[in-house]
Amino acid sequence: MTAKRCFALALIASTTGAALAAEPIVGLITKTETNPFFVKMKEGAQSAAKRQGAKLLTAAGKSDGDNAGQVTAIENMISAGARAILITPNDSRAIVPAIRKAREQGIMVIALDSPADPQDATDALFATDNFKAGQLIGQYARTAMGGKPAQIATLDLFPGHPVGIARHNGFLAGYGAPGITPKTAGLARTAGVVCMADSFGDQAKGQTAMENCLQKNPGINVVYTINEPAAAGAYKALKAAGREKNVLIVSVDGGCAGVRDVKAGVIAATAQQYPLKMAGLAVDAGVAYAKTGKKAAGHVDTGVTLITDRKQDGVESRDSAFGLTACWGK
Amino acid sequence: MALLAAVIFFSTQSDRFLTGQNFSLILQQVMVVGVIAIGQTLIILTAGIDLSCGMAMALGSVVATKFAVDYGLSPYLAIPCGMLVCIAIGYLNGALVTSIKLPPFIVTLGTMNIAFAATQIYSQAQTVTGLPEAMTFFGNTFRLGGTSITYGTVLMLGLYVLTYLFLRETAPGRHVYAVGNNPEAARLTGIATGRVLVGVYMLAGLCYGIAAMLSVARMGVGDPQGGQTDNLDSITAVVLGGTSLFGGRGSIVGTFIGVMIVGVFRNGLTLMGVPSVYQILVTGILVILAVAADQLTHKKG
Repeated sequence: MTAKRCFALALIASTTGAALAAEPIVGLITKTETNPFFVKMKEGAQSAAKRQGAKLLTAAGKSDGDNAGQVTAIENMISAGARAILITPNDSRAIVPAIRKAREQGIMVIALDSPADPQDATDALFATDNFKAGQLIGQYARTAMGGKPAQIATLDLFPGHPVGIARHNGFLAGYGAPGITPKTAGLARTAGVVCMADSFGDQAKGQTAMENCLQKNPGINVVYTINEPAAAGAYKALKAAGREKNVLIVSVDGGCAGVRDVKAGVIAATAQQYPLKMAGLAVDAGVAYAKTGKKAAGHVDTGVTLITDRKQDGVESRDSAFGLTACWGK
Repeated sequence: MALLAAVIFFSTQSDRFLTGQNFSLILQQVMVVGVIAIGQTLIILTAGIDLSCGMAMALGSVVATKFAVDYGLSPYLAIPCGMLVCIAIGYLNGALVTSIKLPPFIVTLGTMNIAFAATQIYSQAQTVTGLPEAMTFFGNTFRLGGTSITYGTVLMLGLYVLTYLFLRETAPGRHVYAVGNNPEAARLTGIATGRVLVGVYMLAGLCYGIAAMLSVARMGVGDPQGGQTDNLDSITAVVLGGTSLFGGRGSIVGTFIGVMIVGVFRNGLTLMGVPSVYQILVTGILVILAVAADQLTHKKG
């Protein structure tokens, strides 16, 4: 009974059985199965693999921060004979020993979206320049405020995550805080920042964080958010307090729901990134390595665009109509 | 049965599946949850349940690694310190269950959150790196023929054998079953039920401490984000192994098979190139089938 059921399931689920020896195998390990950003990334990888005639294996952590699941996935992909592994690390440091094991076997490992720590633990990093993404929305917010004194709340990711730190610090640098560089360690705090809270990139937690910030400081007029779900949560909290009209929310990501929020005026501006392109380029690099032995190296910037319908002079941006053509997710 | 069928099926699907190396790999992947599941089995046999196991494990691994890295303690002292923390959590669980008669589900739900928060506060949510060599000994491998085997898997298998003997051959082991079957009857036959329960929760704590050591060895770091789904994963393994959640019935051998079923499916489906979300689907179906089969056989009997 069980066996039959499993057999049927596996037949439905499996596309091919044993791989042809000739086709290069590339593995993609995302943080979770459920986040639309990674779903889009997988799409980009799949279409690139198809185009290149490669076999793509996919796996993911069970939840954000699940390192053990990703270690298991790396081991399984080594076992499956992958020539290249692309990974968005859940824990930039804890994953390093497993990556080292893969590279010792002659497998090329590329970090996608966020770096391993140290960054040179992987052969290459294909990612958005998150500091730059932060800078864009920081410059935008500063111009939009037009010299009014700002009381800034930052809704960050969670403690210690390099992407969260890069976006946050980029935002403050873009807003004109002196002395903050991509090398700045930890979350910077400047005079204008009245509240910093972790949202885990999650709408419910973002709302809670914003509620607490408003509780602490009712005069907040600029809100930086790590991503659009957190921004949506922040907006809900502001609306409940009757403050949504005179607070500027800026964000990073460029998911379709987020761009629609830009169009609706919930979010003033967001820095859009391109997971499809990120994954496609990385698969191309993986196949190239399998065929020629030539490794990718360094940080490959996959681009970022400021999306807003309230254009500010001197800050380059595109409107939400463009954003909707280039967005990811539903 | 299911395990055998799965093994046969996957070996037809991937030529890399049925190798000693791959089985050694599966054992290595399940060793942490496998050892946690031993503790979970003991507790479920007493009609209890432990939700705090994964968080206790994470706290133990952070304590052990931070003691070694920050205070320069020798690994031979730091690891037992981590284990002691896990045993202490086990003692707390057992004491609350027996003395205040709180339901285990509630107690361990509470201690799960306490242990998680303590882990985050103590480590500032930072992964502990730069461990001394000796701490990762159980992550090292030795060669047996053409296969490299991780020391940690040998430890896990050894613990399963020990637990099997404990439950079958010793009086305290049989008391565990008795307390789970009917605590009132057990008390009347002169078994110190309270002491048995506290002992079981502490033994389980020791298992989580050993799992913490294995986790550190496997990852090469102390991971404060670890263990978050290990409670449900270990309960899944115990249930797949045919142990009853009402206590008093089940076996440690069953748990080992349950652990292996989950590991074999995850590994086999990955080798086939099936997205991991299907592995979760299959696990869900298997759990229901396993319990349903158990129910049906007992109705007949």
